[in-house]
Amino acid sequence: MDFMQNGNGVLESPVYNSNIMAADNQSDHQTVLLRIEKLEKQFGSLPVLQSVDVTIMPGVVTAIVGPNGSGKSTLIKSILGLVRPDRGTIWIKGQKINGDCSYRRHIGYMPQIARFPENLRVRELLYMIKDVRESEAKLDEDLWRIFALDKERDKVLRTLSGGTRQKVSAAIAFMFQPEILILDEPTAGLDPASSSKLKDKILQEKARGKTIVLTSHIMSEVEQMADDIAFLLDGQIRFTGKISALKAHAGATTLERAMAQMMEKGAE
Amino acid sequence: MMNTTMKIIKYELFDVLRNKWLIGYALFFLLATDTLFRFGGGGAKVVLSFMNIMLFVIPLVCLIFSLMYIYNAREFIELLLSQPIRRSTLFRGMYFGLSAPLALGYLFGVGVPFLLHDNGAHLASLIMLLLSGVLLTFVFTALAFQIAAWQVDRAKGFGAALLAWLVFAVLYDGAILIISFTFADYPLEKPMLVLTMLNPIDLARILILLKSDFAALMGYTGAVFQHFFGSELGVVLALTVLAGWAIAPFWLGARFFRKRDF
Repeated sequence: MDFMQNGNGVLESPVYNSNIMAADNQSDHQTVLLRIEKLEKQFGSLPVLQSVDVTIMPGVVTAIVGPNGSGKSTLIKSILGLVRPDRGTIWIKGQKINGDCSYRRHIGYMPQIARFPENLRVRELLYMIKDVRESEAKLDEDLWRIFALDKERDKVLRTLSGGTRQKVSAAIAFMFQPEILILDEPTAGLDPASSSKLKDKILQEKARGKTIVLTSHIMSEVEQMADDIAFLLDGQIRFTGKISALKAHAGATTLERAMAQMMEKGAE
Repeated sequence: MMNTTMKIIKYELFDVLRNKWLIGYALFFLLATDTLFRFGGGGAKVVLSFMNIMLFVIPLVCLIFSLMYIYNAREFIELLLSQPIRRSTLFRGMYFGLSAPLALGYLFGVGVPFLLHDNGAHLASLIMLLLSGVLLTFVFTALAFQIAAWQVDRAKGFGAALLAWLVFAVLYDGAILIISFTFADYPLEKPMLVLTMLNPIDLARILILLKSDFAALMGYTGAVFQHFFGSELGVVLALTVLAGWAIAPFWLGARFFRKRDF
């Protein structure tokens, strides 16, 4: 039995981590899928991440939330190896990340902004990513079908609208059936119909046991999709644990109110 | 099995070869060379006039076009780096995927009019023209990659590139002139040799002129160069140093690229 699943996130100190006990327990080492320990990053003299600890179990959807500039993107980019942390360690499937790129075959990433080489066709972009990944997995083409992207295959990427590029980006992230999906504001820029289709797909992958890390500013969306939450403020984790625990602690009925309270408290 | 660098090059070629600026670049050389042949007199004169154009244009276009391309590809670079691919592989692939089409555009634009109008009469000059143009392409694309890997800020990157171009293409010769006048009473050959090696555009010019009938136009540095090395050794040396001018910034850029944050 792991602590994560029934972690009751009670906020006793400014930085409370309901996962620390699970992370310290060596027997959990194998079951933990992604573990971030004491991650620190500064840009110039500005500290962006300060001693960030996050533990993510397989099959769990974790939302990283926090105001703009709180370090969400830097945290995600550290997991992807795009940002080199100053201190701290990241383990993925028990393997420490230290410059080797092979762990990224387990990850599908959907960036916040989808921009591709202007003169490539959609199908050429697909072949390129496919070639680079050398993935043996059976391709998951659900999103191509759901978003009706097949009719765009021969179009040049420059001519696609922002929303369509976003759909292509989502389709690529899910295509290789990665164990871990990292989605940076996945629904931003999508129309309501597409947005709900993508959310359905995310929930479907969750049901299949995929581990998902996402960021969003829309709290109702976070409540719909996520089990756990990691709340970042000024580069520090202020809470990790179940969404219900956060609401109970803040004494709020909705996640949005709970977040607003925590942000105000953090500002004091 | 293609290795990953080749894959990156392949798809980047698809993109760059369809780029309208690149096509415009090739057409510019085509028109310029063709016009010079029609109105500029014989082939030897064409070589000379064209040399003066390309020594300005290639460095400028390679710097600006490459910088624009890399800065615009920022999000896509991030997406590629989130795949199982090494940073050095991507850097290498992008460099050759960009410098090769630039070199091809130049070869096409200059080569076709020469084939049409010159019947191989100035083959040696043509080869030197093509060779030094291609080398300059690799040098200044490498400089652009170094600048882009080092400077995340677009405006500062373009500033640095324009400054580099201004120094190499314009200010350097002026500085050499001033030095040679100021220190006319001293033996300047050796310092001049060193100074020539420090400017890839000067090296390219010498490379073309060493093998032409215009050795007299080489200017001070060129004359010193020929005097010291003769034309054969001079060519080999100029080629080697030019290659070094491509390798050094590429290597430095790859180092920056491996260490930086996105």
